[in-house]
Amino acid sequence: MVNGGGMLRRVVLILVVIGLIAAGALWVLSAPRGLDSEMLAGLDGEPERGRDVFLAAGCGSCHMAPGREADPLVMSGGREFVSDFGTFYAPNISPDPEHGIGDWTQEQFITAVMRGVSPEGQHYYPAFPYTAYIRAEPQDIADLHAYMMTLPGDETASRNHDIGFPFNIRRAVGLWKTLFLQEEWVLTDDLTEEEARGRYLVEALSHCAECHTPRNMLGALDTARWMEGAPNPSGRGRIPPIAGEGFTWTAFDISAYLETGFTPEFDVVGGTMAAVVANLQQLEPAEREAIAAYLLRLRD
Amino acid sequence: MAVKRTLASVVLGVVLALPAVADEDPAIAARQGQFKLFAHNFGVMGGMAQGRMDYDAEMAQTAADNLFHLTRVDQGRLWPEGTDSASTEGTRANADIWDNLDDFVSKFVALQEAVEDLQGVAGSGLDEMRAGVMAVGGACQACHEDYRDEAS
Repeated sequence: MVNGGGMLRRVVLILVVIGLIAAGALWVLSAPRGLDSEMLAGLDGEPERGRDVFLAAGCGSCHMAPGREADPLVMSGGREFVSDFGTFYAPNISPDPEHGIGDWTQEQFITAVMRGVSPEGQHYYPAFPYTAYIRAEPQDIADLHAYMMTLPGDETASRNHDIGFPFNIRRAVGLWKTLFLQEEWVLTDDLTEEEARGRYLVEALSHCAECHTPRNMLGALDTARWMEGAPNPSGRGRIPPIAGEGFTWTAFDISAYLETGFTPEFDVVGGTMAAVVANLQQLEPAEREAIAAYLLRLRD
Repeated sequence: MAVKRTLASVVLGVVLALPAVADEDPAIAARQGQFKLFAHNFGVMGGMAQGRMDYDAEMAQTAADNLFHLTRVDQGRLWPEGTDSASTEGTRANADIWDNLDDFVSKFVALQEAVEDLQGVAGSGLDEMRAGVMAVGGACQACHEDYRDEAS
């Protein structure tokens, strides 16, 4: 009996130890991780260059106030994104120090954009596409920060996301990141300079895959079906393929569409893509041609 | 007797309801045909504006004249209630159209005005036509942004 009791105690002890190790491992795996401060040292943001980053990254497409399209530079947020996990609301990222991000340091900003970690050390949900921005150049994001600090402030309070259990446990996003946050490029072939620039725009700044690539059950992008079209992540209908057999446009078709919003059949852009075209048409033609070169490379 | 009558009316009701369920409203195909005709003519000028083909004043003017008349077709029977994408298959017309009919109509009027401007300049040179083409594209886009679903 004494032995049996000792056995039981030992089993319980082992289970407790395993449990503690598991909990510790989960705690470590789910911890918010920022950037190496070495990566951030000596970055000097240049607002004028930051405007191009702002357009390529499409910040305004999500963060401008719904119904205030006349003020496309007021990043007061509020637009809702209905998803399988709940409803997300784009926050205020205007330079207002109280309701926006005006009191953030450059380092806090880059950590938020490229790692999805808030100045308070909390995980952001990946509705914010840091999953793409992680591949950006820190200098570009420093420029972006400098530019965004020149935009008008707005005192609209950010709205809390409406997310149910268990997705409302922010710490769980850390486990999601451990599984799915990937800094490596998706297309790893040898690329020309133009194709590489296109990859930077498509895979990093412009985060095209967020809509054009299907997701798995945990909401992570299925890179095996990269850019092959997907159900609309936030509403009715489907987002069309921009790679694979279902996509037959020429390089000219792609860059012309991104400049004018006209498809080769002269249908005119609408839906969420309209804002993308409105941004990309303001960049140099070479940027749109680079995107086209990358997309054609995906098809080969 | 009462039971039989109830049954008969239920059966009749189902039979009468069937065609509405089985066939989509012909107005959907008709308005989609209309938009195809818009694009077919707009594309002549769009192709010239993008440099896909050389500018030809006569071709551009003919296309602009067509587009002018096409955008004046009365829309009264093309948008019946219940032909939105939430109610039926085969359309990308968002139900918001019917909740904001005044705005929808004003966006169509803006298209008509932009097309009229384009008609005035289509034959006067490539740059003039291109500006008109971009304005018409903007009118198309304004409506597509608010009222057309993503591809189905």
